[in-house]
This record gives sequence, C-alpha cells and structure tokens, in this order.
Amino acid sequence: MALKITEEKCAGCGLCIQACPFGALVVESREKLNKPHSKFKKLVTVSAACTVCGACVSTCKFDALKVEEEQRAKPVANLGDYKGLWVFAEQRGGVIQDVAYELLGKGRELADELGVELSAVLMGHQMKDKASALFEHGADKVYYVDDPGLAEYNTEPYTDVFSDLINKYKPEAVLAGATSIGRAFVARVAVRIKTGLTADCTELGVDTDKRLLLQTRPAFGGNIMATIICPDYRPQMATVRHKVFKKPVPHQGRTGQVIEEKAVIKDCRAKVLEVLHEMQNQVNLTEADIIVSGGRGLGKPENFKVIEELANELNAAVGASRAAVDAGWISSYHQVGQTGKTVRPKIYIACGISGAIQHLVGMNSSDTIVAINKDPDAPIFKIADYGIVGDLFEVVPAMVKAIRNR
Amino acid sequence: MHVVVCIKQVPNTTEVKINPETNTLIRDGVESIINPFDENALEAALVLKDKTGCKVTVLTMGPPQAEAALREALSRGVDDVVLLCDRAFAGSDTWATSYAIAQAIRNLEKADLILFGKQAIDGDTAQVGPGVAEMLDLPVITYVRKLEVEGDKVKVERVFEDGYERMEVPMPAVITVLKEMNVPRMASLKGRMRAKKAEIKMLTAAAINADPEKVGLKGSPTRVVKIFSPPAKMGGMKIEGGEPQEMADVLVSKLRERKII
Repeated sequence: MALKITEEKCAGCGLCIQACPFGALVVESREKLNKPHSKFKKLVTVSAACTVCGACVSTCKFDALKVEEEQRAKPVANLGDYKGLWVFAEQRGGVIQDVAYELLGKGRELADELGVELSAVLMGHQMKDKASALFEHGADKVYYVDDPGLAEYNTEPYTDVFSDLINKYKPEAVLAGATSIGRAFVARVAVRIKTGLTADCTELGVDTDKRLLLQTRPAFGGNIMATIICPDYRPQMATVRHKVFKKPVPHQGRTGQVIEEKAVIKDCRAKVLEVLHEMQNQVNLTEADIIVSGGRGLGKPENFKVIEELANELNAAVGASRAAVDAGWISSYHQVGQTGKTVRPKIYIACGISGAIQHLVGMNSSDTIVAINKDPDAPIFKIADYGIVGDLFEVVPAMVKAIRNR
Repeated sequence: MHVVVCIKQVPNTTEVKINPETNTLIRDGVESIINPFDENALEAALVLKDKTGCKVTVLTMGPPQAEAALREALSRGVDDVVLLCDRAFAGSDTWATSYAIAQAIRNLEKADLILFGKQAIDGDTAQVGPGVAEMLDLPVITYVRKLEVEGDKVKVERVFEDGYERMEVPMPAVITVLKEMNVPRMASLKGRMRAKKAEIKMLTAAAINADPEKVGLKGSPTRVVKIFSPPAKMGGMKIEGGEPQEMADVLVSKLRERKII
C-alpha cells in the first residue's frame, strides 16, 4: 500500500509535484541518488508525507506512478445487511435544527437514487410530536428515543444510544450536521462501530452500482476538493455543515412510521452543571443568510457601528476578520476565517477586508460576495461577485440609504 | 498529574499561495508550524504546569520533519516529547490516526488529562480528539474555552453555537480546546537552547504494539478516490470611479435585480 515509482520510466519532469496536495514528491538528481539512467538525469522521490491519495498518478506522462493495491482488510460484516439512509435530527432545547431538515432534503434525493428508505433519528425528551415535521421534510421513518437524559446534549449518552441504534438497524449511510454537537459525538460513534467518517462534506452523491456514498469535501482551506468513499465498512458516515444543502419545502400532511426505542442511559462521567444561552440575542453567524463583515479598514472599535447599521438594515449578522478581532475591536465570536468560523451565507459583504487567504477560506463558498475596499488591488476583489472601490465610511452609509429608498 | 498534549504539524497557510493557472497550492518553501489550535492546548498544559507542577508530555504523529514542532514545544517548557513516526502510518485517516495516538498514549506514563486543539487547520475534521477518547474509553469534552483542575476533576466551559455549558468531568479525560482559551507564550532563550540539544524520542508502530491491520491505509475505513481543484472563481463586477452614493445605488439595484436582497 504505497505509491510506487517505476524508476526506469521516470523522466524527472516534475509534473506530478504540482499535483501533490501534500508536498510529498521531490525531484532529485539521479547521480546524487546513485540511480543512473541512459536518458534521464533526474528522478522523482516520495517522502513520508505521502498519503497515497493518488492525485499524482494521472499527471504522469510516462506511466511511472502507480498506487499499489494493498491487501484490503476483510469487511467485518456482510455489507448487504446494511440498508437505508439515516439523518441525525439534531435538536437543541427541544427545537429541531435547520441542518437536520437540509440533510433530509438531500437525503431524500440520495435515498430515491438508491431505492431505499430515508429515516431520521431523534433523541430528546417529550418531543414525539416533532416527528411530524421530519416526515414533512422527507423522512419515511423516525426512530425516536425519549429520555430526560437526552433532553440536553451530552456526548456519552448520545454516543451510546446512537451506536446501539446503528448496530440494531444497520443503515448503509448516516448523515449528521457538522455542528458543535454533530462533530463531537459522531466521531466517537464512528470509532466505536469501526467505520469511516468524512467531516464537512460540501457535496454528496451515490454510486448506485457499488452502493457507495460519494463524499466530497474541501481540503487545505478549500483550495483542493477530495472525494472520499468508505468501501468496506458500514454505515458510511458523513457530516455536513449548515446551509450546504437547501432546506426542502415541507409536504404538508406527509406522514410516516415512528419507531420508539428505549434508551439505557448509563451514569455519564462528564456532567453538565449549567446551560447558558448567552448569545441568544445575536444572529448565529453560521446560520445567517446575510453577513456584513468588517476588517482592518475600520480603524477603530467605534467604527463597527457603520457595519452594524448596514447589518440591521439587512437583518444580517456581523462578522469580522482576524485583524479586527486581534485588535480587540470585536469579540472572537464574530471572527470569520481559518481560526474563526466558516460561513456560507447567501450574501457576504466584506467591508475594509483585504482578503488574506485565512479569511477567504472561511467565506469563499458564500453564494454572493460583495467587497468594499479602498485598495483596487485588494485580493478580496478576485473572489467578489460585486466590488466597490471606495471608502467604506462613505459607501456603506450610502448603501444603507439606497436600501431604505425602495 | 500527567498531562499529554497531542499536536500536529501543519503547513503555515500565511505563506501558502495559490497558483492562478493550475489553482493548486504552491507549497515550495512553505514553513511548517504547530497547528494554531494545538498551540492553545499546549499553553493550557503549561499554565497547569506553572500552577501545579504537573508533568507535560507532547505527542505528535508525522514524518521525521515533525520533530521541529516538538522542539518548539520543548523550548516553551514541556517536560517530554514523543514523535510517533513510521512509514506504516502513512495514509492514515482519522480512524487509524486515532488508533495510533491512543496506542501511543497507552504506552506512555498514565495520562490524567489529554489535550487537543479543536481541529487541525489542514484537515479541519475535529475527529481525532473524540476518536482517541473513544479508543481509550475516556470521557471527552470538545470546544472548551476555559479549563480548571480541581482535585481529581476538571471544570470547563464548553461552547456551542448559541451559548455555553459549564461542565465537570473526572480525570482521566480528553479535552479539545478553542483559541479563546489563552494566548500561547513565546519560548525563552534558555528553552531554545535546551530544545536545540534535546534528543527527540521516536516511537515506531512496533514500539507501541500497534496492530498492523489497524494503522495506515490498511487500517483506514475511508479512501480518497479523487482530488480536484474547485472551479476558480473569477472576479465579478467592479464598480469604481463614481461618487459613493452612485456606486452604492448601482450595487443595491444589481443585488435587487438578481433578487439577492
């Protein structure tokens, strides 16, 4: 299981180096390596950074690169025993989160392609009536587990209950929101049942012949996309961020079967002492449809008022670049970018943000990007759908005025 | 008390540029750094060491070059570092990585607290911390912004999208930390000298009794089948040279036309 370089074929051209996302290929002189060749002076070598992803293989014009098929581990169970697609119906405070409906929308498409049932898994307390909304958004079945211990999220009982359900009912694929809840316990579930889990997918498809879930996700901050499969283990699991898929239009009156399951809640080690919803009054950045962000160009904390005014007018959330957060002008809760939040709103309005790559990776998948910057060469304009070259202190209030003048 | 901090060496993206023609990353000469969130985990451990005198061990899995990350950790004052390094680990996905790190921790002096950064900036999965906890059958609390040790318990603040929870967990436990937690310290000159001279302990797959079926590509349930560049986004419409109000009007009417607002 390795990348094999057929040394007598390698011309040392270096085409493969560009294709390698991991910087694992290096061209060296054959003389230095003591591997002479009648025609070629150079040879490519592979370092331990190689993950055997295979991205280089097709770039080689000399057929010198191959991924050697390793002996595959034997599947633990009969893959054919696993049927159906599941969506984890995340709830917070008894409210089913939008990401669950978004996943049911996409899940419905995939389940239809595979010709299988779509089920939702709801864990909570006194929430049985909420199953109807899951049916209306596309679920055929709802597995409902009721227990006071599941009312608020806690990793251990969620892991136990979800793993037990998977082992009992054997779905072939499971989707969950890539939220602070989904990302925390689903990773534990995947390890417990020994299967693959792909984080933060931005595209999902199916290979109906091989019955594989094709999971595409960005790597290296969105500069490279990778499609990942889980061939030998079931279920195939993936998490997906908010807003990646559209929330489907509910079919009023569409109904299905509720399967109630009993939970055995063990005493959990990590205990919740207090739940504080401190950010209740703010729009959640990751769920916002519109975000207005400010950066270094604002100059001082008071100037965020300009941003807030436009945000209020558009009913938008306020974002910020790392420069603004590090300067202490606004709390890190608002930070968009690599060390902040990744957002995907319908409109992202960047004001006084130059567009460092760390910021871009956090917002470049927004539907429409608007940039306002004094510097016409600012990198943010390269990815903006609409850009205004101008002083944000003049342009942003003018936008507020234009919006008011309908 | 023994605190183990798991870190990852990642490319410093401040230096990564995109080749506009191929739309791939230009990685030549890009330096490697400690994953920024892991720096906060490291700092949290050092704060505990300052307070309680606990022992801090830093563990990383990676190629031989990853020893640079461990030297950096040493220079900041940790007691011990371990490099988990073996070609057998190549191609590990988060399952196989979780297994290898858990196996390595089992082979260290018993750990009371295991710290991770919330996620690595190159992979962004946030899966290895919880995965290691599951492998070791330990409780895990993710997305922690505040941490205090009281007796044999850890008290933390765990952040959600819309608020936070105060939680408590008995040790041994696994915690993944946010950058809000602290500001990482700089290394001292003395620390740098020590780090330069230190010998880095390397562990192979055999040394941690790893099952060869469970590491590397063989132990990884997932496979990458295709890697491609996303379609390059071309710059859109630039509005310049007008009066601010004119330009704002043009923009707002464009957005309205396309029913964006």
